[in-house]
Parts: sequence; structure tokens; C-alpha cells
Amino acid sequence: MIAQILFIIILAAAIYLFSKNVGKIRRNILLGKDTDRSDNPALRWKTMAKIALGQTKMVKRPLAAVMHFFIYVGFIIINLEVMEIMIDGVFGSHRIFSKPLGGLYDLLIGGFEILAVLVLVACITFLSRRNVARLKRFSGVEMTEWPKSDANYILIIEILLMSAFLTMNAADHKLQLLNVGHYIKAGSFPVSSFISPLLPDSANALEMIERGCWWFHIIGILAFLNYLPYSKHFHILLAFPNTYYSNLHPKGQFTNMASVTNEVKAMLDPSFVPETTGEPARFGAKDVTDLTWKNLMEAYTCTECGRCTSVCPANQTGKLLSPRKIMMDTRDRITEVGNNIDRHGKDFTDNKSLLDDYISREELWACTTCNACTDACPVNINPLEIITEMRRYVVMEESQAPASLNNMFSNVENNGAPWKYSSADRLNWKE
Amino acid sequence: MNEIKVPTVAEMAAEGKQPEILFWVGCAGSFDERAQKITRDICKILNHVGISFAVLGTEESCTGDPAKRAGNEFLFQMQAMANIQVLDAYEIKKIVTGCPHCFNTIKNEYPGLGGNYEVIHHSQLIQQLIDEGKLKAEGGESFKGKKITYHDPCYLGRGNNVYEAPRAALEVLDAELVEMKRCKSNGLCCGAGGAQMFKEPEKGKKDINIERMTDVLESKASVVAAACPFCMTMLSDGVKNENKEQEIQVLDIAEITVRANGL
Repeated sequence: MIAQILFIIILAAAIYLFSKNVGKIRRNILLGKDTDRSDNPALRWKTMAKIALGQTKMVKRPLAAVMHFFIYVGFIIINLEVMEIMIDGVFGSHRIFSKPLGGLYDLLIGGFEILAVLVLVACITFLSRRNVARLKRFSGVEMTEWPKSDANYILIIEILLMSAFLTMNAADHKLQLLNVGHYIKAGSFPVSSFISPLLPDSANALEMIERGCWWFHIIGILAFLNYLPYSKHFHILLAFPNTYYSNLHPKGQFTNMASVTNEVKAMLDPSFVPETTGEPARFGAKDVTDLTWKNLMEAYTCTECGRCTSVCPANQTGKLLSPRKIMMDTRDRITEVGNNIDRHGKDFTDNKSLLDDYISREELWACTTCNACTDACPVNINPLEIITEMRRYVVMEESQAPASLNNMFSNVENNGAPWKYSSADRLNWKE
Repeated sequence: MNEIKVPTVAEMAAEGKQPEILFWVGCAGSFDERAQKITRDICKILNHVGISFAVLGTEESCTGDPAKRAGNEFLFQMQAMANIQVLDAYEIKKIVTGCPHCFNTIKNEYPGLGGNYEVIHHSQLIQQLIDEGKLKAEGGESFKGKKITYHDPCYLGRGNNVYEAPRAALEVLDAELVEMKRCKSNGLCCGAGGAQMFKEPEKGKKDINIERMTDVLESKASVVAAACPFCMTMLSDGVKNENKEQEIQVLDIAEITVRANGL
């Protein structure tokens, strides 16, 4: 009875805390400017099914794809087991699904065990890729101590959870064989039956191990759930809405700024009366709140895998630009802005901005807009759009483009070509 | 070799005629000496198959692409609206461009500003003509047995998912097509996009076109096919930098087509 009450309290607290933190992230994302992504729901569902659910963009790197798939499937399917654990915890039952499911239950538990082993294999592989083989993709200026630790914590927690699950089953299995108390014969144990010989023979000790692992497993899961909002691991949730709201246009197409269209039309036709849009807009982005909510959602979706940076031509040739850093900086800054609101109220300004305090101009001007980063992202994140928005601010609000680009602008404006040639000579190639 | 016939839209309009398709030459194609050759070759192909086409000539102006990528949306929209006015005044419906950047801008970004046209890149036109049997690879230089590799321009490939058309133009050659390590959606940028063409690169270990040369050399190709005047500049400079001008030719898809057909 005490165990049940304790369990319910822990569960309720975990869910409360998690919803509160998710609410904060949602609030932060909605600090972004509006953009309409409600068109074509059929194609959006399809995109989400293919890219988030089906993970079709992962296959470009086969080893990572297979290992990631183990963890992904393990995570989803083992959650069925967590459902049983929750019900058992609340009602004080034991393996409540075993009776109604009968033979299927044995199959499921056996399947979970095999998945648990695959998850273990994948986590160990990933840990060694990061810490032993030290793949280049997992380093870089933005991969400071916290992002590196974050990645390791996630993998270690998953290893611990899976080990607790298997040890719990091993003890349970042994107790079942000893016909102890409520340990009914249920489940098949293709993996944990190899662990049970290592466990003590006394029923008391076994029961302690079984209960201990049970509590560790479920509290571990609830703690992990509450770790998500602070971690890159949040991608397991946001990958779905993020791909749903994907950019459906060709990658080469950049947005046309409506605010600029109004001004240009007014310039070309003095009788043109623009529809008033209310507040005077800033051209481009200086800070995160100048970006769209989609840009900000992408920042929280990024799991820092580094595929974008590893294919970036600027990064490959030693320039400062790293698309992954653009996303991480955006996330860190919007989190900071959100925290400021929580601590000091809505109108507080800290005199910092995404531009210069986080992302330097040198990074922005290194981009070739080649779209390799957006193509590489397994969850359709678009760092290029943020870079473009920031360039727009630097050029149109500050007039701080590099001198050579200002030359190009004036050539286009005066001669209709980016070079200093007279438009009267446009047909000279004919001769 | 025949002299090329290139009417302007204005000349045709004066005769009360309309071209079937407008050839949008682009700034590089108009002014860059190397790209001018490609422009003339595109005209030779159009002349050869007898398509009714015209150019805007002095009425053509920059699409605004480099301004837009560099963040100057004002200048881009000024250019776009002026161009749309000209195109609409001549009632242009169909456009072929000699440059993936012009192609992308007119095709994708002009509709939002009121300019709606059917836009294709010259590699797509060549593919179409091959499919229709109007263009073969006969009567000219033989590429038989030559190793050819194709460099995907970002705004044709990733930008607009055009990967097959330029390759189709090479497949008719009976040459040995080889792919570079980084190709198609993995293709490495030449380094010129995003207005980099008009500025010095930022500080780094090396230039992007030099990095691309490792792929070119590894492919052992003797011809690198390009489909973008900016890629052409960057790749040619890269080959020059490696002192491989004798061994490796950088040619546009249109130039290869013209050579193979002896136009």
C-alpha cells in the first residue's frame, strides 16, 4: 500500500514537472514570428510519416542508421512494457498483462528482451564512436563540455535502464522457478535466463533485486523524461511536429519578404497603398524573436548529430561557419530569452542578441547557400533560413555588408548586372 | 560552322511575331568571356533544332539572385518586379535559362511577385530534345571511351531536384560516365553560391573549389561537365590551380552537346 502511494506521488510529480517544462519550451517557440505552415496537410502527414517515423533520411549513413533504429524501435516498443509497469505500480499488481494476453505475453516479453540487448549494443557502439573512435562529426567549436556530456549521459542512462530491465526479469524468472509468492509463471526470458545463474539463490535476496530493479527502472524512466527538456534528446518528441511543418517548397526557393514587397510597390507606384500590418517590422533577424516559430522549433529539435556541419563546404574548408552551431546558438539564446521573461518579466532586455553575442558575421558570410546542410538533416532542420534572415538584417537594417558585396549591389542597381558592365553591351557575346 | 541567328524579342515583336521560348541568357552568359561561349552554343542548339526563340538583349537585367542570397531583399524585389514587367509586356510564357541561379529565381521566386512562367534550365531542354529524337550525338567529336564526370550545381540539384537531365545529355555520348565521391544530393558546392562569387572567401584552410578538385582528380575523368557559369569559373580555376589544364577539360553540357553534334 505504501509502495503504491509512493509510486503515485512520484508519477504525478514527474508528469507535472515534465508538462511544466514542455510548456516553457512551447512558450519560447511561440515567441517567434508567425509563418503559415497549415497548407497541404496530406503531404505534411506523408512527410512526417516518411522522415520522422520511417527515418528515411538516416540511411545515408548505414551504420548509424541501423544502430539508431535499434534504439528507436526499442524505445517505442519497450514503452508497452512501461505501461504495464505503470499499472502494476498504481494497483499493486504484478505482470497484469500476463493473464489477458496469454501466449502473446511470453512473445512480447521475449521480444522486449531481445530489443533491450539491441539497444545495449547500439548504445555501446555510439559511446565508443564518441569517446574511443572520436568521430570528427562529434567535435567542433560548438561541441563544448555540456553537449558532449549530454550525449554521453543519454547513452549511459539508456544502458542503465536496459540493464535494470534485464536484471529485473532475471530475478523474476528465478523467483518464478522457485514458486515464490505472487511471482506467477509469466513471460519468456531468452536473454535474462543467461543472467539468472549469476544471481543469488535466496528468495529474499532475489525479491530485493527484482523490486530494486523495478523501482530503478521506472524512476529512471521518469527522471529521464524530465531530463528531456534540458537535453538534445528532446528530438524524440519534436522530430514529429518538426517534420510535419517542413518547408514543402523547393530548397532553392527563399522566402519573399512581404514587408519589402509593400515598400518596393510603393516606390514603383506612388499611388499604391499598402495594407497596414500594424507594428513596423524589422527587416531580417537580429535576435531570436525576429525568427519564425518554425526556426525556433527547429532549434529545439536539433539533436546535434552534426551531419549538417560535416557536409558544409565552408566548414570542410576550415571556415568558422558550422550549421550545427547556428542551431545550437539559436536554441541557447531563445532559452536565455525565455528564462529572462520568467525571472524579470516580459519587457526585460538583456542587451544581448543572437547576432554578435552568439553568431558572428564571419560565420554568416561564409555560407554559400548550397543547401547541403538542409539536405543532410534527418529531421528537416533548415539552418540556411536563419543565416539568410541574419544576412538580411545586416544588409538592410545596418548596411554592413562586406565592401565587395556592396559593390556588387551597386552594379546590379546601376547596370543590371553584378559586374561593372554597361547594359548596352549585353548582346556583345553574339559577335 | 554557321553563323548563329539570335533575334531579340523586340525585333520579333516589331515583325508582329512571338518566340515560342525566351532564352534568358543571364549576366555571366552575357559578360563573362568563358560563359559567352556557352551562350553561343546554347543558341547553336536552338538554331539546329529549329526552335523559335529570342533573347531580351539589352532589356534583360540581373534576376536579383546574388542580391537576394546576400540578404538584399530590396534590390532583389526591385530587379524582379522590373523584369516581370518586361516579360509580361512581351507576353512571355516559356523561358529557358543558361544558369541554374536564374532558373531557380525566375521559376520559384518570381511567382510570388506576380511573374508566372514555365521555366526550364538548358540541360532540361537538351534532355527533352534528346527524348524527342531531335538531338543526337552524331556528326561531331567522339567522346567514345572518354571518362566524363558531372558536377551538380547546387541550385539545379539540391535546390530543384534536377539530377537526371544533365546526366541524360551525357549518357547519349557513348562515353564512360563516372560519378565523383560527392555527387547528386551529396554534391559539394563549387564555392561560388550565396554571392560568394562576388567576394573573397572568409578565412579558412583552403578554397572550396580546391577541395572539390580532390573529387575531380579521384574520379580520373578527363572531362568535367558543368551546367552553371559560376561552377564553370570555379572548376576551371581549380583545374588551373592543380596544373591539370592539359589533362582535364571543364565543359558545359551545352558545349559537349554542340561538339558531339558538330554544330
